[in-house]
Amino acid sequence: MENKAIGLDKGWDYMQKGITKLKRILEGLPEPPFTSEEYMMLYTTIYNMCTQKPPHDHSQQLYDKYREAFEEYISSTVLPSLREKHDEFMLRELAKRWANHKVMVRWLSRFFHYLDRYFIARRSLPTLNEVGLTCFRDLVYQEVHAKVKDAVITLIDRALLKNVLDIFVEIGMGKMDRYEDDFEADMLQDTGAYYSRKASSWIEEDSCPDYMLKAMSHYLHSSSETKLSEKVQNELLVAYANRLLEKEHSGCRPLLRDDKVEDLSRMYRLYCKIPRGLDPVANIFKPHITAEGTALVQQAEDATSNQASSATGVQEQVLIRRTIELHDKYMAYVTDCFQNHTLFHKALKEAFEVFCNKTVTGNSSAELLATFCDNILKKGGSEKLSDEVIEETLEKVVKLLAYISDKDLFAEFYRKKLARRLLFDRSANDDHKRSILTKLKQQCGGQFTSKMEGMVTDLTLARENQANYEDYLRSNSAAHPGIDLTVTVLTTGFWPSYKSFDLNLPAEMVKCVEVFRGFYETKTKHRKLTWIYSLGTCHINGKFEQKIIELIVLTYQAAVLLLFNASDRLSYSEIMAHLNLTHDDLLRLLHSLSCAKYKILSKEPNTKTISHGDYFEFNSKFTDKLRRIKVWEILPLSFREFSPCTFISWNLVYLLLRFQNSDPKFVFREQLILCKTNIGNCRNCFLEDIFYLNFVNSPSKVPLPPVDERKKVVEDVDKDRRYAIDAALVRIMKSRKVLGHQQLVSECVEQLSRMFKPDIKAIKKRMEDLITRDYLERDKENQNMFRYLA
Amino acid sequence: MLVGYSNVSSKAKIKGLEKIDRLFNTYANSSFGMIDPEGIEALCSDLGVDYTDVRILMLAWKLKAEKQGYFTQDEWQTGLKALGVDSLSKLKKALSDLEKEVEKPSNYEDFYTYAFRYCLTEEKQKSVDIESICELLNLVLGVQFRPQIDSLIEYLKVQNDYKVINSDQWINFLRFCKEISFPDLENYDAIQAWPLILDNYVEWMREKHS
Repeated sequence: MENKAIGLDKGWDYMQKGITKLKRILEGLPEPPFTSEEYMMLYTTIYNMCTQKPPHDHSQQLYDKYREAFEEYISSTVLPSLREKHDEFMLRELAKRWANHKVMVRWLSRFFHYLDRYFIARRSLPTLNEVGLTCFRDLVYQEVHAKVKDAVITLIDRALLKNVLDIFVEIGMGKMDRYEDDFEADMLQDTGAYYSRKASSWIEEDSCPDYMLKAMSHYLHSSSETKLSEKVQNELLVAYANRLLEKEHSGCRPLLRDDKVEDLSRMYRLYCKIPRGLDPVANIFKPHITAEGTALVQQAEDATSNQASSATGVQEQVLIRRTIELHDKYMAYVTDCFQNHTLFHKALKEAFEVFCNKTVTGNSSAELLATFCDNILKKGGSEKLSDEVIEETLEKVVKLLAYISDKDLFAEFYRKKLARRLLFDRSANDDHKRSILTKLKQQCGGQFTSKMEGMVTDLTLARENQANYEDYLRSNSAAHPGIDLTVTVLTTGFWPSYKSFDLNLPAEMVKCVEVFRGFYETKTKHRKLTWIYSLGTCHINGKFEQKIIELIVLTYQAAVLLLFNASDRLSYSEIMAHLNLTHDDLLRLLHSLSCAKYKILSKEPNTKTISHGDYFEFNSKFTDKLRRIKVWEILPLSFREFSPCTFISWNLVYLLLRFQNSDPKFVFREQLILCKTNIGNCRNCFLEDIFYLNFVNSPSKVPLPPVDERKKVVEDVDKDRRYAIDAALVRIMKSRKVLGHQQLVSECVEQLSRMFKPDIKAIKKRMEDLITRDYLERDKENQNMFRYLA
Repeated sequence: MLVGYSNVSSKAKIKGLEKIDRLFNTYANSSFGMIDPEGIEALCSDLGVDYTDVRILMLAWKLKAEKQGYFTQDEWQTGLKALGVDSLSKLKKALSDLEKEVEKPSNYEDFYTYAFRYCLTEEKQKSVDIESICELLNLVLGVQFRPQIDSLIEYLKVQNDYKVINSDQWINFLRFCKEISFPDLENYDAIQAWPLILDNYVEWMREKHS
């Protein structure tokens, strides 16, 4: 190493050569790279110049010259090249120049590194690195950043942009303020404008799914992302939310229509990030379902009015099935696409509540649903389904019940049908009965199902009772009427009221009744047995000329037929006198025996209808290819109103006749009679159960009142509702003492909502009634307040 | 002196009372000891007002008469003393003053409620039949609220839901006339505690005018 001090100029010349070489390399000019020797020399030159003793210590000058080197290069080369370019090209150039600059800084600072170690450190000056960047910033960045920003915004090419944006970030030297102040604020605003423009063109061109796909991609620096996302979201989705969703061929509605599950899920994901973003989607979801549901109802209506009456009930059952399917479908949407969001659950619920409460061909949906269940559960019902399927379907039915406001109406219809099934459909599956009751209980509360459960229990108890009766007979063989009885004791409060009145029984039956009564009194003293023959059935052997045929008839029919054991020929009036029936009932009975499919009695004159002047004879010529025929269908006769007595018994009586008498034309095989028991308080309202004798061939000839039954059920339910409203009002007022009108009404509605949706007018009416009965009074000062009067 | 003075006043009092009683006896039915409907009719013709005039009702109110068509002696005495009259001519004059007194807001509601109670002729009777209500409405509110009352009466006669009106409904008729703009019925809100009969009336009106 020479001992001579290096002069500044000389030393700088040497450095300048190195700098020039570097520049050439950066410019891409052919230039061999630095060898390590060259590097070493450059470094050492600086080192020497810095370590020389003053006045040859050139650190300060070198420091300045270092800066100048950059400034010179930038001014002469870099800036011009940037100035002459625009937009994207400018950005590219800028990126290139920046990259170059960084290289230059790296290399030069290595050469000049010694300055960093002592001179700069001692004087706390900006480091070489900082100096380098500062030059770029002050000269280049200051000049171009506005242009760059504009260019960025117009282009938004992700890769290029990232590079350019990094400039902004790195210029900030670790702090984000350069980026935020110079770029971000404007960018956000402009991006808003940008996306707004983009959105408006997209909305025109793209289908909703495509639009959504585009919206999902993000362009910008991650820190901006949240703020930007909001803005983007806002511009893309919110501003156009309605338009997007409403798009005719690809918007929300068509997506629903065409079951585009993927797209709907995406829609959900996008909109769920925006506050209240899901509201419009839900607002399309709900009417869509409502429309579909209502269409189903309308279809059923139209179909029924077009078809012949023999297919009644079929369309309604189809409707229920379809409604269940609809529910399954849209529930799946809610759980899958819409991630179980409450908003959508609510939309689904409200939609179903709208059309599930529409009446179809005069039948309320409550009734339809009850009929549907009945069909599934009864033997020989229209569906032959496996147990699993039945369970599943019942589950779904109970879910639908939640949407129906008249749940109590459903309960009544269901109860009546259940009673019928329980009494006549003995072989039907018990498990299903119990399981649906459990489900209903879960859904609607114990009060709903208490009666029905009582009914089911009654039958079990009845079997026990029967066993006891048979024991009784065994131990008292003298008392045996010669007929075996099976008795079912039922509790009135649970069962629909079955009418009956005193039929003049054949002697054989009378004896049975007496014997059973004797037995029953040994068991319980406090119950009165009232026998109701309206639901009885008998097996009678008819000894016809050709062969003996076993006839399964109603008790009433049996009573008629047995008359002919004593007389060959009887007139209408004689039969009437003997049996003590009403005209209506007798007409039906005689019709079934003489004018229907099985003409067991022959009628004079041989017309198709019964009149009061007719005469009847045992038709010995009657025959059929079967040995045993049913002369009644599962639904027995209609009877008049049954007025409740204090204790009434229901009994199902099963008789086996071993009757040894003169040669009767009709011999009892079996007889089923029904009676009814009531323990405890009678309810004020009873449901009237009207049964029909379904004639096999001539349904239209005999007056059957199906409408009445429905009307009666509705009336009874209305009556029950009045009591329920009264009770609820009194209960609420008793605890609150003083309450405003609106609040009272809404609490009342809520309390009753499990069973039915009370009409506001009905509530008002009951309140008036309670005022008249001095349960409530209106506050003197405030007309809207009510006070409980103890 | 004092005694004399009080004697005079009490004498005057007694004299005044005597006059009232005498007036009472003019119209009273001696067997009942009170003025009966016939007596009231006679009183009316003497006063120059119609039997069905609202002022008689007001008189009854003033007298706090319990039973419709009858004035007891007590009621008569108290009432006439309150009016400060003891002769027929004075009573006649007092009637027009009475009208003004009744129309005072503080009294009016009381009078209105009284009018209904006055119609409850049977013991334990709580409501009044529609016919009588219509007449009563006409009598009591007809002057002040002619259009509302006419319309309401028309409705009451046509509707079938109610055969009788109870006191709660009655008092709300007045409220209705006072508070609800007529005939648009704009500010009527069925959600509030108006009696159902008025809800129905408003519905009927709205249908009529739609």
